Amino acid sequence: MTLLELDNVTAWYGPVQVLDGVSLSVPDNGAVGILGANGAGKTTTLRAISGAVRTGGRITYDGRDIRGLQPEQVAKLGIAHVPEGRGTLGQLTVRENLRVGAYLRKDRKAVSEDLDYCLELFPNLKDRISSSASALSGGEQQMLAVARAFMARPRLLLLDEASLGLAPSTAKSVYEAIRRLRVDSGIAMLIVEQNANLAFTLVDSAIVLETGRNVLSGTSAELKGMDEIRRAYLGG
Amino acid sequence: MDTFIQLVVDGLALGSVYAALALALVLVNQSTGLINFSQGAMAVLSAYFAYVMIGWGLPPILAILGSIVVSFLLGAIVERLLIRRFEGGDPDTAVVVTIGLLTLFTGIAGWIWGYNNRQFPSLFPLETVNIFGAVVSVRSIGTTLTIVGIMIVLQLLFQGTKLGLALRAVAINPSSAAYSGLPVGRLLMVGWGLAAALGAVAGALVAPALTLTPGMMDTALVYALAAVIIGGLNSPLGAVVAAWSIGVLENLAAVYVPFIGYDLKIAVPFIILFVVLFLRPQGLFGRKVVVRV
Repeated sequence: MTLLELDNVTAWYGPVQVLDGVSLSVPDNGAVGILGANGAGKTTTLRAISGAVRTGGRITYDGRDIRGLQPEQVAKLGIAHVPEGRGTLGQLTVRENLRVGAYLRKDRKAVSEDLDYCLELFPNLKDRISSSASALSGGEQQMLAVARAFMARPRLLLLDEASLGLAPSTAKSVYEAIRRLRVDSGIAMLIVEQNANLAFTLVDSAIVLETGRNVLSGTSAELKGMDEIRRAYLGG
Repeated sequence: MDTFIQLVVDGLALGSVYAALALALVLVNQSTGLINFSQGAMAVLSAYFAYVMIGWGLPPILAILGSIVVSFLLGAIVERLLIRRFEGGDPDTAVVVTIGLLTLFTGIAGWIWGYNNRQFPSLFPLETVNIFGAVVSVRSIGTTLTIVGIMIVLQLLFQGTKLGLALRAVAINPSSAAYSGLPVGRLLMVGWGLAAALGAVAGALVAPALTLTPGMMDTALVYALAAVIIGGLNSPLGAVVAAWSIGVLENLAAVYVPFIGYDLKIAVPFIILFVVLFLRPQGLFGRKVVVRV
């Protein structure tokens, strides 16, 4: 079953067209990567899904057209977005950030279970639960951003460049935790990542964007075998 | 000693009016990141609303409650119809819009009700009580206690409720808050509405003492701005403490520092402001905003 499908999606920032026909599909419980250079439109693709930019084309989620919805309406449908730059709420504590993540939920008991799960998944956050998010390290903030998105119990997680600005070992442990989250929860994921090596530890398939359109797509194994992918994104 | 206690209590009452307005400024700033320069003018309109309802024969307390409700709606409407267009743009533009509103609201009040002073009944009896030998007015005590009550309610709202958490989250980062499903637009309206409701309280507290005129809140707004800057823009408690300190110190300085006297006492908060900003730029209770890459 396809959970999310983008068909020839375009997007504009004001008069500037940034996406020029992006198509992809994310199956239920699947994980798909979006690779590409800076400025290729990876972040904009996620923002288009969330309704944060003006878009054209068709975006179908769970059988309904969601193009043109506001970000809060998209969130209500079960899509959680970890934005570029993490979007953690600096003056709020770690616990408050997680409570904001669970804002739409009414099932208090399950929320507190999920909170415990997050703190077990990211033990660093457990020690910092009452400190303000701005006092966390970059890696911890990224963990908090992922945990906050999970607290909404989404069906689909949009993850924007979780490795950005992190030391390689930190990035690796963040991705390990996300992989465990995927196994434990079965949440479908659409992942933007510059570091293709990291992305391939998590995704089943990926598309490659160049100047706002798809140029390649395939399963992780297929893509890893391609010379141009190796040269451009895998460092050899 | 009697004079001292009297001055302190009256200073607290004076400071409480600044505090109510300062709390409204903090509330708008907490939920939208803006300073609303028209907060005082909106409070004046609120006081006129109450004045009109008293004219209909309502008892003052009901009239003031009614004006609080109407003011909440007015604040929400101003945010929805006007400020909304400038959100997400240059914050300076929105600030200029609020300065424009200050003139507009003052003008509307003058146009409808004229510029003559009008009597506004006090909520509290005009009696005095004896505290440690000092004669203190019941109105001063009542005014101060009202603000203490409001401050406690606000702290509970912001720290203890889901609505308060959502308001704070939207203030910090609206687009990120929307990704968690927070209804950003509606929360901003609520923030402005609450601020206007608080302004209505300030108006009702100040009108009996100064009598009702369109420019009644102008000086109070200046003091309230000083208070939020001294207390920290993101701290309701800080704003109230700072507003009280200003009220009390201003009163004390007028009597005990001969060269200041009543003529120069308006300079007092600004001297305090200067010293505080010099020593602690984020305000006494404010948290420093840390930018991290």
